[in-house]
Amino acid sequence: MSISASKAPDDPAIAARKARLSTLAKAPSARLRALWANYSSDLPAHEVLRAPEVGAVMVRGRAGATGAPFNLGEMTVTRCSVRLDSGAVGHGHVQGRDRDAALLAALIDALAEEGEADALDAAILAPLRAEAEARKTTRAAKAAATKVEFFTMVRGEN
Amino acid sequence: MYVAVKGGERAIDNAHAWLAEERRGDKDVAELSLAQIREQLSLAVNRVMAEGSLYDPDLAALAIKQARGDLIEAVFLIRAYRTTLPRFGATRPVETGAMDCDRRISATFKDLPGGQVLGPTFDYTHRLLDFALAAEGLDAPDVAEGEAAQAPLPHVTEFLAREDLIQSEPDGPETPRDLTREPLDFPADRPLRLQALTRGDEGFVLSMAYSTQRGYGRNHPFVGELRIGTVPVEMEIPELGFSIEIGEVVLTECETVNQFTGSKTEPPQFTRGYGLVFGQTERKAISMALVDRALRWEELGEDNVGAPAQDEEFVLYHSDNVQATGFLEHIKLPHYVDFQSELELIRRLRAEAMQTGLKDAAE
Repeated sequence: MSISASKAPDDPAIAARKARLSTLAKAPSARLRALWANYSSDLPAHEVLRAPEVGAVMVRGRAGATGAPFNLGEMTVTRCSVRLDSGAVGHGHVQGRDRDAALLAALIDALAEEGEADALDAAILAPLRAEAEARKTTRAAKAAATKVEFFTMVRGEN
Repeated sequence: MYVAVKGGERAIDNAHAWLAEERRGDKDVAELSLAQIREQLSLAVNRVMAEGSLYDPDLAALAIKQARGDLIEAVFLIRAYRTTLPRFGATRPVETGAMDCDRRISATFKDLPGGQVLGPTFDYTHRLLDFALAAEGLDAPDVAEGEAAQAPLPHVTEFLAREDLIQSEPDGPETPRDLTREPLDFPADRPLRLQALTRGDEGFVLSMAYSTQRGYGRNHPFVGELRIGTVPVEMEIPELGFSIEIGEVVLTECETVNQFTGSKTEPPQFTRGYGLVFGQTERKAISMALVDRALRWEELGEDNVGAPAQDEEFVLYHSDNVQATGFLEHIKLPHYVDFQSELELIRRLRAEAMQTGLKDAAE
């Protein structure tokens, strides 16, 4: 499938930011809030470049999974952009309509760009990844238990 | 003809207040929370998301509560809300081959790689009312866990494609036509038909699909594969210059394997129908695949036998339950002036007929 060539996809800084933003986008907002509260008791000083905005994106599929793209339907997304005093800019996108979560995602992104990436990863992103992985693994294990194990009856020769 | 009639305001306000009271029902019964609807009526939530064409389980739960469980009314509420949202863009096409499957079955290959995974299905239940559910505070049974597969489950059609036994899916424009942004125009192409079908009324699409099975545009479908699970949704973010996963959605996908086509230049091959729907919506996804296949008659060089499911104008113009409800229900609104003119006309015609009749009798 087409991978965007707009920026080098193998740039480790971009790969790290992409992974971070993807984790934040999918995080349950209550968990994101709780993990942030453990990390810091307040929000860093920032300028809002784009106030949290709720919108929709059109999700596409492909005919027959591999053919022509088609519009499947929309999903809600909230986005937000901030700039810290240092000048670091953060962009947050989260699934759903939680404006606070979008602001937090943007702030975490900006702080990580500013040099706090390792601390944020340990405190917020690693737990979010682990929890997502655990949810996924549990569902996969339950699905595996519903896999049919066929056995064939031996038929007589006459 | 319509004329504005005033004077209903007090009656309307009172009707709405009573509606709110009726919605709440007996106050001795605990009020439903949105979380309860989202978690315990999840298939209703899924249907409202699919037909409302907006993936947001919390909003769908709210719509169901507000609509007192009338799902078409709930779909209407979601569609109306959707129009208030700015659109940030479109995602990359989702990769259903990389789906984390809760369920994946094939009716064509018993021993396919990855196996037949039943998932949380109603199939094989006896459809007997379970009175144990009437008791509250019942503990859910322990759910068994098995050894999870590590690799994504391959699509069944891939096996047929490897031997060239099934037609390959032609590519199309990167930006498909969007019926929410432009008026429906015919001929529709397949992407536009798929968009209409995935948001179409489940009952309508089911009946159209059933009609093909009963002979009105028969296309001999096998469910090559049915899968339900979660896929990430990836979108290019202009301010970043690269794409990120902006969320994940549960989808149901059905690929049918249908009767062959072949010609002087092409050896016989199976053909395909395709269904992809938001949420766990199995009946709808299978129906969609059958109707998609029926609508492809022209592209596949088949005869138009005049079956309703082959007529894209008929299918696409009548699949949308919000449009249908709007037009159907508008006839209950005041048509006093229209009717007044009909009434006068029929009185005059009757008077004339009576006069003539009396005259005839007298002569």
